[in-house]
Amino acid sequence: MSRATRFAAQDAGPAARMAGFMAHLRDNGLHLGVGETRTALEALCHVQASNPAEARRALQAVCTGCAEDNARFEDLFNAYWLNGGRVAQRAVPQQRKRSDHVHSSREVQGEDLSGGAGAPSAPDPGRGEAEGDGEGRLMASVTRRRMQTDLRQLVTPEDMAEAERIARRLGQALSHRRARRRRAARTGDTLHFRKLIRASLSTGGEPLTLPRKRRPEKPLKIIALCDVSGSMTVYAKVFLAFVGGLMQADDKADAYLFHTHLVRIADALRDRDPIRAMGRLSLLANGFGGGSRIGASLMQFTRTYARRFVDGRTVVLILSDGYDTDAPEQLAEALARLKKRGCRIIWLNPLKGWQGYAPVARGMAAALPHLDLFEPANTLADLEALAQKVSAL
Amino acid sequence: MNASDVQTRLAAAGYVADDDLAMAAHLALVLGRPLLLEGAAGVGKTDLARALSAVLDTQLIRLQCYEGLDAAQAIYEWNYQRQLLSIRAAAEDGETGKRVEERIFSEAFLLERPLLRAIRQEESPVLLIDEIDRADEDFEAYLLEILSEFQITIPEMGTITATTRPVVILTANGTRDLSDALRRRCLYAHVAYPDRQTELAILKAHCPEIEAALAGQIIGFVQALRKEDLEKTPGIAEMLDFAAALMGLGIADLTTDPVKLQGAMATLLKTQLDRDALPTEVVQRLAGKAA
Repeated sequence: MSRATRFAAQDAGPAARMAGFMAHLRDNGLHLGVGETRTALEALCHVQASNPAEARRALQAVCTGCAEDNARFEDLFNAYWLNGGRVAQRAVPQQRKRSDHVHSSREVQGEDLSGGAGAPSAPDPGRGEAEGDGEGRLMASVTRRRMQTDLRQLVTPEDMAEAERIARRLGQALSHRRARRRRAARTGDTLHFRKLIRASLSTGGEPLTLPRKRRPEKPLKIIALCDVSGSMTVYAKVFLAFVGGLMQADDKADAYLFHTHLVRIADALRDRDPIRAMGRLSLLANGFGGGSRIGASLMQFTRTYARRFVDGRTVVLILSDGYDTDAPEQLAEALARLKKRGCRIIWLNPLKGWQGYAPVARGMAAALPHLDLFEPANTLADLEALAQKVSAL
Repeated sequence: MNASDVQTRLAAAGYVADDDLAMAAHLALVLGRPLLLEGAAGVGKTDLARALSAVLDTQLIRLQCYEGLDAAQAIYEWNYQRQLLSIRAAAEDGETGKRVEERIFSEAFLLERPLLRAIRQEESPVLLIDEIDRADEDFEAYLLEILSEFQITIPEMGTITATTRPVVILTANGTRDLSDALRRRCLYAHVAYPDRQTELAILKAHCPEIEAALAGQIIGFVQALRKEDLEKTPGIAEMLDFAAALMGLGIADLTTDPVKLQGAMATLLKTQLDRDALPTEVVQRLAGKAA
């Protein structure tokens, strides 16, 4: 207990400290409202709150909501309540000063890829700046942004607009899959019994009309994986604009980019301000324009995110030239595993648009048997043509 | 009852819970909040609900979610065949339409599904909503409404309010992301693969007659296996099957009979890829280390 934080005397009792703790958690990216504070206090009434381990467990059950938060909760808890016996800042105002815990606790976590419940930027080592919406960290990102490879120079707003239009059409093209739940419809495969009974009441139990129901159509989900390695630099402009448009148009879509490793960019790209989205993206794309390890990146995707997000109603869109420094077997295996999840895999290769191109790059050749569609894509027009082909799948 | 009481009583019901999980279960009981359990397949999420219902000596009502699950299967459905027959019979008796309508949309013609059943019990049951992430998102939203109001509206009959509040346990293993709203409504516990001690305790609870040496080997072996790169990591259920298989085959030591051990591996490795990834030599090496 000697390690417990000594709070400033002005603080008004446990409730205020609790509110301070909640603010501390919020600063660290946990989504908590006033309701949680109340529940947390209520929960502490039912446990031995003076025992730190017990209080920690109780608060953990209340305040966390996914595996990732759960894993780092102990650090957050200790940072606030067991601060080596030091006197804390006043708990209620000025919580922001304590936000250096953000970095310490985050970095302890290292590259935890598997845990993320859609954390915006978990995998990238240089992520600290990019992920938060809290003002404290955005300041840092503004300065860093200027120093790094800036994708804003590569993408014009007009391209973005065009790409978004195309992406939206693609989204529509992909919506021709049926959902499982049935809705009332004039023609359908099963009878709508509820309506039928009502209708037959007036005819003495004689079902004269047969209302039906059928499965409404449910859109396919698109997951885009964009290669931004050195050999792809010239195309990255088009592709990122396209992926960005897709994210803006379709809130189910998901996006990643890869060079030597994989980074999830969906949340960055969903930023309502397209220019700022590109800014956040630049931060995530540390190593942009470097080597390419397609096989390893795809394997990483298959092992982590794919388990959660890829199912039979998913289209995986890979935008890459297929020049891989890894062994082609690895790429083939990653794709084979991915395919087993029941998804469609589309590979868009900018080089295919060239005259006389043959998929001789070893990686590309290894990938071919696993693809549902292998298409050229070096201009926006190519992407536009894609919509029809995809809907024919 | 405090958290460690819950832990002891769960243990008596054959469920070994770690401290975090016991605390979450305790809070779920005292605060009357739903408890969301997440974790890999086969770590005993579903089993907690069974154990809790045994501890509370109450009924377990289970709703298995799947894609396309709708209100008719989850909440209630009218018994259409009976309704049709009844309408016909009424027509022959010359009953008026209005009265028939009242009759066929009454209690007797209602088929209760798990959610409705759970809120209409005399004693509050444990309601297990298994694999919620398999259900569609719109169902999740509907479920949220029920979990916060504890009442169900049937257009033909009116609103049915809960007589008792069930203890709600939801499980998920990451088929899709759950909505923030659902996560916030629930208490949360992440169930990880158990550590050596816990798993040993689980094994002993389920197979009390197992020899200590073999039990230690089994746990060492399975824990080592989980570190391998497998498509389907073996869970606790697999471990128990494995132990049962070994005992059935009369193996007292993992290293003595490679052929039989390889046979028993069928209980742990469930895909062709995984079987290929672990040929006899690798299995022997792991077994040797565990011994």
